[in-house]
Amino acid sequence: MNQYTTVFGSLSDFEKGRVDIVDDDPKYYAFSNVYDVASRSGPYEKVAVAKNLEYVLEAIRAEGTSEWRATPHDEFALVMDGTVIVELLDPAEQLIDPDASGSIGLDAQPSGTRMGRVIAGRGHMAMLPAGRVYRFVADEPAVILLQTIEGPDTVYKWADICQTV
Amino acid sequence: MTDTLNNDTAGAGVNDAGYATFTAGGFTFRRDEYFATIEWPTGSHQLAIDSFLRSMQRDVAWGFFYGIVNFDEVFGTMNHYGNVDMFAGRFNEAYRKAEVDYSENFDHDVLIECFKAILSDWTNEGYDPFAAPMETGSAFGPSKGTNDAAVTRRRVVADRMVGVPGDEQIRSDETGFPINRGFEDVPQDEPIVRAEAGYEDEVCSFNLFAYLSRSDVTWNPSVVSACKESLYCPTTEEYILPVIHGNDRVEWFVQLSDEIQWDVEDRDTGAKRARVVMKAGDVAAMPADIRHQGYSPKRSMLLVWENGSPRIPEMIAKGEATVHPVDF
Repeated sequence: MNQYTTVFGSLSDFEKGRVDIVDDDPKYYAFSNVYDVASRSGPYEKVAVAKNLEYVLEAIRAEGTSEWRATPHDEFALVMDGTVIVELLDPAEQLIDPDASGSIGLDAQPSGTRMGRVIAGRGHMAMLPAGRVYRFVADEPAVILLQTIEGPDTVYKWADICQTV
Repeated sequence: MTDTLNNDTAGAGVNDAGYATFTAGGFTFRRDEYFATIEWPTGSHQLAIDSFLRSMQRDVAWGFFYGIVNFDEVFGTMNHYGNVDMFAGRFNEAYRKAEVDYSENFDHDVLIECFKAILSDWTNEGYDPFAAPMETGSAFGPSKGTNDAAVTRRRVVADRMVGVPGDEQIRSDETGFPINRGFEDVPQDEPIVRAEAGYEDEVCSFNLFAYLSRSDVTWNPSVVSACKESLYCPTTEEYILPVIHGNDRVEWFVQLSDEIQWDVEDRDTGAKRARVVMKAGDVAAMPADIRHQGYSPKRSMLLVWENGSPRIPEMIAKGEATVHPVDF
């Protein structure tokens, strides 16, 4: 029986692929790499690596403790490298319009009820439920791929992260 | 070329190899021990039966999917979301120049029932069109039993996320999903979840990579999480994507493990446009005017990210859908 080795990436060890153009523009493929993006991002900078109408996927470098964030809809955090603690809070009052799109950062921890926590490693996906508040904690640099909707602090820098030639 | 709504589909007769022949409008489908033969008023075409069944399996399972499902460079279907074109040579420049291309329009439900009947009758016992070639029996030979349990698998579609109470559940040995031979080294640890009383339905997490390591199908995206209309549709891939998928909207891929190489061609002519090599962590868009086919030498994990918005078919019909993913 053949023994296979599954190759995952990490902040410290990733190898990017590429677009080999025959007759096209590489920009049309918006080709990037989440580890490459996170390796060049500040802590909890929300860099869009994919966009489809209002929906985005954000590559986030998790490092230290994030701000508290309120989300009007479900978001999903997939840990692509490292270990991330997700802390969840049920706010005492509504902090965001439930019809809004994208999560927002809060200036301070809101009052409310502790919901619990998730300790997620590579490959683990955590739900960030609608109407609740969350923050991330990472003792060592980690990488999150966030499934969400664009918000006020979604960062777009396609020319910096995508293959252009 | 015709463009008529034709709901006339039927299966009739059994040939020497034991297989039924099917008709759908002007198309006739026959199979023998090695090939599927498709005939239409201006021509005919043959595909190796294993390739044909793998393509047919995806077209049925995905409900004709988004856009165009090319079984090969000649035959396929084009989804108009409620009705479907079945065509021969429509996206082949030589066929079009020679004016031997052919297309008919069918009601979605009528054509899919015909395709399901073909799939059921032509799939032999022991052959699984969803499986990697090294993990299943032979598609060839005379008719021998059926494998309806394989070809009618239920597609996983999570409402919120796999693992949330009441939603799709994680896979295990006990639920009939052993770790695939290509992923025996994938860690199976689950996240530590500490939910306070009353919040068990909201404090949820699961190991997506372990979940995928236990997938028993290839090239079959299923929904594991939904942020409104934003759908995470991961899948495990091995060998060749059985269809050449022609996009009608922008589609995104995130390579979660290993490597897939994609051939990208012009959707309408088949002219080569690019080859995309994706490794773990890579993100790439497929523009809305291309067709693509992937090659995965080792079983790999691919996150297909789809936008299931019901606005998009109307935007496509009006020419308002963007062709390229982002402008920069």
